[in-house]
Amino acid sequence: MSEFLQFLFSGLTVGAVYALVALGFTIIYNASDVVNFAQGEFVMLGGMITWFSHAAGLPLPLAALVAIIATAALGVAINKLAIGPARGAPVVSLIIITIGASVFLQGAAQLVFDKQIHSFPAFSGDTPLRFGGATIQPQSLWVIGGALVVFVGLWLFFTRTLLGRAVLATSNNRLAAQLVGINTNFVMTLSFALSAGIGALAGVLATPITLTAYNVGIGFALKGFAGAMLGGMGNPKGALAGGFLIGLIEALTAGYLSSTYKEAAAFVVILLVLFFMPQGLFGRRSTERV
Amino acid sequence: MKKTLTTTVPAALIALGLASVASAEIKIGASVSATGPAAFLGDPEAKTLQMLVEELNAKGGINGEEIELVLYDDGGDANKARTFATRLIEDDEVQAIIGGTTTGTSMSILSVAEDAEIPFISLAGAIDIIQPVKPWTFKTPHTDRMACQKIFEDMQKNGFSKIGMISGTDGFGASMQAQCKDVAGEFGIEITADETYDPKDADMTAQLTKIRNTEGVQAVLNPGFGQGPSIVTRNYRQLGIELPLYQSHGVASDGFIELAGKEAAEGVRLPGTALLVAGLLADDDPQKPAVTAYKAAYEGKFKEPVGTFGGYAHDGFALLVDAVTRAGSSEPAAIRDALEATQGLAGTTGIYTMSAEDHLGLDLSAFRMLEVKDGSWSMVE
Repeated sequence: MSEFLQFLFSGLTVGAVYALVALGFTIIYNASDVVNFAQGEFVMLGGMITWFSHAAGLPLPLAALVAIIATAALGVAINKLAIGPARGAPVVSLIIITIGASVFLQGAAQLVFDKQIHSFPAFSGDTPLRFGGATIQPQSLWVIGGALVVFVGLWLFFTRTLLGRAVLATSNNRLAAQLVGINTNFVMTLSFALSAGIGALAGVLATPITLTAYNVGIGFALKGFAGAMLGGMGNPKGALAGGFLIGLIEALTAGYLSSTYKEAAAFVVILLVLFFMPQGLFGRRSTERV
Repeated sequence: MKKTLTTTVPAALIALGLASVASAEIKIGASVSATGPAAFLGDPEAKTLQMLVEELNAKGGINGEEIELVLYDDGGDANKARTFATRLIEDDEVQAIIGGTTTGTSMSILSVAEDAEIPFISLAGAIDIIQPVKPWTFKTPHTDRMACQKIFEDMQKNGFSKIGMISGTDGFGASMQAQCKDVAGEFGIEITADETYDPKDADMTAQLTKIRNTEGVQAVLNPGFGQGPSIVTRNYRQLGIELPLYQSHGVASDGFIELAGKEAAEGVRLPGTALLVAGLLADDDPQKPAVTAYKAAYEGKFKEPVGTFGGYAHDGFALLVDAVTRAGSSEPAAIRDALEATQGLAGTTGIYTMSAEDHLGLDLSAFRMLEVKDGSWSMVE
């Protein structure tokens, strides 16, 4: 029993990180149908800027805030400088631009910061918490809590606010949205700022567990993307469920089968789900979007 | 006959006199991975080479001739490394090459260097680089097989016969995992649990729980580098596992203690080089002059701690300088012959004695068994 609990905690810890990254994908996707492959770099920047500011003498909460705001500003800059000028290009071109942005951010990070691995102290100390013979790091609870808070926030945003609905409307049909008076440029700016901010938050929360370096972004983006696809791209509920599911499958496979197969097991499940439910577990059916 | 960089060069200078004009330069080529996935290895290597060349030229070069370093960054890409090696030989017309941060890039460079008959000193770990012996290829880092032997020797001394292994699936982790499994039998050690993790994983408690629950495990070994071993060490303490934990030479640095946390890293053992415990070396330790000189110069110039990997580049350069000095010529063939005749050259990694059968020239004594005590490295005797 304690063994199962330990695997569960391991899965939840990892899953929460994936879920936080997956949640970051949803906003930009909802606003523009673009899968933003620079999302992982936002996570990296969140961790790296926090470490950098903390090392420069800022207290940790302030350093984290600086990181989130700076990353959100960078997200806006990417939208203005890279995505904006290509407006009207096919979605595939825009996705390729985000890959370019990702490579750029990674290269810039290794020049501005350095090439070493970094970490900063966990928020509530390193003494593990014990439940029924299994242990979990207090920082894991921060990440899980962060994922839940971001999820609730996004869900309320998309279902209860006019602005959230404006984002969805922009995604559905940009011209029609403009005709009913939605400032689509503002919607795009906002969605990049929010996505980048959420990515940075993920980096801030996860770094004491995962550690950070200029090149961790791709790994985060891949797993987060897998989580978002599994749950259904664009749906916060799907991102949350998908992220946690992948984490749990990996941990349980590593625990009960063999760690050699854990990635394979997760991807087999993703393939199976996408084969039978191409829109993911909670995805919208494509017919509704025409 | 022991020679170090610091004693050889001034001696050579005095012998030849400072008046000699820097005539035909000695051109040394280097291709290291200063960017890309292996950047944290290649970056200190590139810095080290640049620093040493500057230092040496300021002192007057080798035998009165200045050294020119042609440095390329292959980004960890084996194809680029091959291109750069070709360019170094054909366009830059270098007399020797140092580099090949990773095993992959080293293998590319060595095939080009062997064809062109240019001496090449590799900075990568794998045993395949020098075994079977290739006439023009040498290397400075000890092999992962030697690291396994050193660790198992220590385990044997402590009476451990059943161990668990948790290895990274990256090239370094996978290669060392295979080598350790191969030599374990020679030390009467049985690997009863064999788990892996992806280098990007954030949590290894599932694998460690499995190892903990395996009957009879007496110690755990974690071959890997990058952030993985730090996370393994943290998770190990999180689970409250009391068994001794051994890490590999891949994380032999002060950064490891910092990343894993001083409390979690307490008691971790690994095979490291003298460079890591420069301050603890006995005064009559033959490696002490080379280690302290390099450490002081590097840390003074770059304001970051020296690491094992920069040390490999230091030793590669020291070997080359020593060989050129003894050869008294910068002809590639003469340098090669002199490299092979290296005797007792004290570097930061160990004391090199090359021969026609051994192009690495280190034995197990190059490794020191280190343990984290009170948050810093100490030597185990």
